[in-house]
Amino acid sequence: MSLEDQELAELKSKIGRDPTPTELQIVAAEWSEHCSYKSSKRHLKMLPMDGPLVINEKGYDSGVLDVGDGYVVTAHIESHNHPSAVEPYGGAATGVGGVIRDILSAGTRPIAIFDGLRFGDIEKDLQARWLFKNAVTGIADYGNCLGIPTIGGEVEFDECYKNYALVDVAALGFGKKENLIKNHAKKGDVVVLMGGSTGRDGIGGSQFASDSLESEDRSAVQIPDPFIEKLIIEAVLQARNDGLIHAMKDLGGGGLSCAISETADALGIGIEMDVDKVHTRESDMTPDEIMVSESQERMLIVTSKTKLKKLEDICKKFRIGCSVIGLVKFGNLVHIKKGKKTVARLSADVVANATLLDLPSKEPSYLKTIESEKKFKPVSDYSKLMMTLLASPNIASKIWVYGQYDHEVGIRTVVKPGTDASVLRLDNGKYLSAKIDGNPKQCYINPREGAIGCFEEACRNVVCTGAKPIGMLDHLQFGNPKDPEIFWTFLESLKGLTDFAKFFKIPCVGGKVSLYNETPAGPIKPTPVIGVIGLIDKKPSVPQKISTGDCLLIVGDTKNELGGSEYFEYVHKFVGGKCPRVDFEDSKKHMKSVLDIIDKNLIKSAHDCSKGGLAVAVSEICMTNQIGCRVSLDKVPGEKLDVDRILFSESHSRYLLSFDKKNISMIEDILKKNKVSFKQIGQFGGGQIQFENDSKLIIDLDLKKAHESWLHALPNLVLHGKKTT
Amino acid sequence: MKVAVVVFPGSNCDRDMYHVLTDVFHLDAEYCWHEKELPKNIDAVILPGGFSYGDRLRAGVIAAHSPIIRDVKKMAEKGIPILGVCNGFQILVESGLLPGVLLKNESLNFMCEWTNLIVENNKTPFTNQFKLDEKIPIPIANGEGRYYADDETMKTLKKKNQIVFRYSEVVNGSADRIAGVCNEDGNVVGMMPHPERAVESDINPIDNKPSSLIFESLMAKMGVGK
Repeated sequence: MSLEDQELAELKSKIGRDPTPTELQIVAAEWSEHCSYKSSKRHLKMLPMDGPLVINEKGYDSGVLDVGDGYVVTAHIESHNHPSAVEPYGGAATGVGGVIRDILSAGTRPIAIFDGLRFGDIEKDLQARWLFKNAVTGIADYGNCLGIPTIGGEVEFDECYKNYALVDVAALGFGKKENLIKNHAKKGDVVVLMGGSTGRDGIGGSQFASDSLESEDRSAVQIPDPFIEKLIIEAVLQARNDGLIHAMKDLGGGGLSCAISETADALGIGIEMDVDKVHTRESDMTPDEIMVSESQERMLIVTSKTKLKKLEDICKKFRIGCSVIGLVKFGNLVHIKKGKKTVARLSADVVANATLLDLPSKEPSYLKTIESEKKFKPVSDYSKLMMTLLASPNIASKIWVYGQYDHEVGIRTVVKPGTDASVLRLDNGKYLSAKIDGNPKQCYINPREGAIGCFEEACRNVVCTGAKPIGMLDHLQFGNPKDPEIFWTFLESLKGLTDFAKFFKIPCVGGKVSLYNETPAGPIKPTPVIGVIGLIDKKPSVPQKISTGDCLLIVGDTKNELGGSEYFEYVHKFVGGKCPRVDFEDSKKHMKSVLDIIDKNLIKSAHDCSKGGLAVAVSEICMTNQIGCRVSLDKVPGEKLDVDRILFSESHSRYLLSFDKKNISMIEDILKKNKVSFKQIGQFGGGQIQFENDSKLIIDLDLKKAHESWLHALPNLVLHGKKTT
Repeated sequence: MKVAVVVFPGSNCDRDMYHVLTDVFHLDAEYCWHEKELPKNIDAVILPGGFSYGDRLRAGVIAAHSPIIRDVKKMAEKGIPILGVCNGFQILVESGLLPGVLLKNESLNFMCEWTNLIVENNKTPFTNQFKLDEKIPIPIANGEGRYYADDETMKTLKKKNQIVFRYSEVVNGSADRIAGVCNEDGNVVGMMPHPERAVESDINPIDNKPSSLIFESLMAKMGVGK
C-alpha cells in the first residue's frame, strides 16, 4: 500500500529530496488508481463532454445540466466495490453517502438515488446471498434516513462476481442555477472541515480499492452515519443560501490528502493546514492517519474570515463539527503542519497530477471463438421453461429490493420504480427520467458492442417514458489494467460508448473508472454501467393501464443475436454466441418515432425489450397490468428464425407499444414515415399469457400463477433459500 | 390560520408537508425548529415524518425529549389540533401524547408501498370530512410502523373511539390493523401513512381526493374555505 519503486523515484526527482513519511502517505493516496485515474485518464478524453445544456465549472465533482427556467440538474455515479465485498452493509451505505456529497458539493440538493448491484450466483452461493441482502439493507438504511428517494437501479447475478460485489450508486441533484457554487478562493480565506469526526476507519481505502481483493482489510472500510450526512446536507444548503461558501469539496477517496491537494490544484491556490486543528474521533492519531483517513460525512469548505462566524453558527445549530484547519495562501503549495512542525510541504500540482500511464493493450484470445455457437438440446416444454425463467434471479421482480427503499419521499416521484425508468417532477413544470443499465454477459462476449448495448438500453428505458436523453454517466468497471487483454476490453468499451455518444450528441456529464475488480479466482467480466438522463417538457402520458382489446405492436427487428442472453446462459448454461449489435441509424429512427408517438398521446405504455427477450418483455407487461395477451410469433419482424430465437433473442432497438385499437392507423403512419420496421403482434385480454406460431400454441401461462412466481421468487430465495420452479 | 411544521434534526418530510400546506391548500405554515418555542399564534401543529436523530435507540424516542415537545403538550391540552405523520406519530407515542408503541414491521424490513386505509373515526379535526369506512389509497414508508398496545389499552382505544385509521388488509402486523390513533379528546392524531405524498394527482397513481380530505378536515375545523 504505497508507491511503486519508479513512482517513488519520480516523486524524489520532482521535489528534489526524499519525501517525509507523511508526504509519502499523501502522494500514495493521491497517486493511487482510485484517485488519479492514471491508467484511464488519457483515454477518457475521447468521450464528448460538452453540449448545449452542459455547464462546466472548475472543481465540480458532479456533472451539471441546464434544464431551463433558471434550474439545473446535477448528476454523478460512483461505486464502492472493494468495501462492499468485505463489509456489504457499510460498504454499500457509504457508497450512497459519497455520491450524495458529490451532488451537494456543487450546491444542489440531492433528489434521487439509483443503485446497480451485482453479486455471484445466489442460487448456489450463500456468500453471494449474504452480500446481496446486506448491501440492500445498507443502501435502504442510508438513503431512507437521508430522505432522498431511491427510484431506480438494477440487480444482476453472475458467476464472475463470486466472492465479490459491484455496488454502483448514481445520484441526481436539483437546484437554481444562481445557487451553484462558483469554486473560488483568495489569499487569507479560511479552510474549514465540516461534519463528522476523523477516525481510523477507511485508512488507505483508496489504495485498498486500487489493488485486487485478496485480503479482507476491514480497517480500510468506512463506517456509515446517515444522520450526520443528513445534518451536513441541511447545513450546507443553508450556508449556500446565505452565500457563505466560496469553494467546497467532499471528502472521499484519499480523505484530506486528496481534498486539500485537489482543491489547491483546481483553484490555483496554496493551502496551509494544521492536523492538530482537525476534530478527531481518537486522541492519538498520527498526522499520516489524519491525512489519509476516509472517515465519511465530511466536507471541506473555503470561506472568508468575515463569513466564518455565520458558518460556525449554522454548524452549531445542527450540532456538527466545524474546524478551521487551514488558510489559503499564494502560490500552490500544500503545506501540512502539526502545530508548528512541518510534516509535508509539496506543490499541489505534483500531488494532484500523477503521471499518466499509457498501458499496452492486446485483444484477448478468447474473443476469437466466443461468438460461434454450439448445438443445443431442443426445448420440449416452453411453458415450463418460461415459468423457470420468470422465477430466475436475473428476471424475477425486484420489488423485494426497491420495496425497502423509500422511493416517494421528496414528493417528486411521478412514475414509480418497477417500470422501465422512473420519472421525477421538477419545480419548473418539466419532468426528469433516468435509468442505469449494465450487461456484463454481453460485454464479455463483445466489449464494444456490449457497452453500446448498455448505453442504448438505458436510452430506450428513458425514451419509454417519453423523455429525450440529454446526458449520460459512465461507470467503467474492469479487472487489472496492467493485463493488456483486460485493458483492451476497457478501451473497446470506451470507444464504443464514445461513438454512440457522438452519434446521438449525448454528452458524458460524469463518470468513474473502477479497476482492479479481481479476486484470487480472477477478474470480473467487463462491466460498464451506463446512466442516461432524459427530460420531458410536459406531464408524461405513459404508462396508463392496459385493458381488454388493446393492441400490442413491436418496433424493430428481432435478429439471431442470443450471445450473453439469459436463454443461452441460464437455460443452456452456454457462454457465447453472437452479441447483439446496435445499428445506430435504426436506433435513432426508433427513438424518434417512439418519442413522437408518446408525445401525440397515442399509446398507453411503451416497454423496451431486453433481458429475456420478447417472451419476458411481453410477460412483464401482462403481469404489471394484470391482463392476458396472445402474441403471434410468426408476425414478429426480422429474419426467419426458430421460435426459441424469436422468443429469447436480446436484439436491441426494440420497443413494445400497447395502445387502444382506434389509434393504430396514426401510429402506423408515424412508423412508416420514419421507415421503421414494425408489426402488430398481439392483443390483450383474458387471463393467459400466450405465444403462438402459425396458429400453434407454443406458450400458455396462467397469468396469476406466473405473476405470483415472478413476484415472490427473489425473497423466497434470499430469505428462505427456496428456489421457485 | 397558521400551521406549525415542527422540524427535528433528521426530519425529512418537513419540506414535503410545508409544500402541501402552502402550495396545495394555500394555508399559512411555518417551520419550527425543535429547540425553539412554538409561536403563540399557532392554530395547528404537524410533526412530519423522517428519521429524527437517525432513529437511534428507537424511532422518535430522543425527539420526544426535545424542548419543543413541552409546548406541543401545552397545545394538546388546549385542544389544538395536532397531527403526527410516520416519525411524527412515533414521537407523539414516545412523548406520551398518544397511547401504544410502534414496533419493527413483521417483515423486519423497511416497507415502502401503496396501501388502503379505512376511516374508523370521523370526529377528529383531521377526519371530519370523511364518511365512516371510507377508503384512502395512500403510501407507507417505515421500518418501525407496527402498532402495538397491551390488552387494557386496546380495550380503552375501542371503547373511547380512539382508533382513527385501519389498514384494509394486513400490511405489517399492526395490532387490529391499526394505522392511526387519537388521544381521548380526539385533537391529537397520529398516523403511519403519508397523506402529504398522496394529495397531488401528479404523484398519486390511484386517487388523490381521499387524502386531501385529511387537510380539508383541518380547514373545515378551523373554518377556512378551500
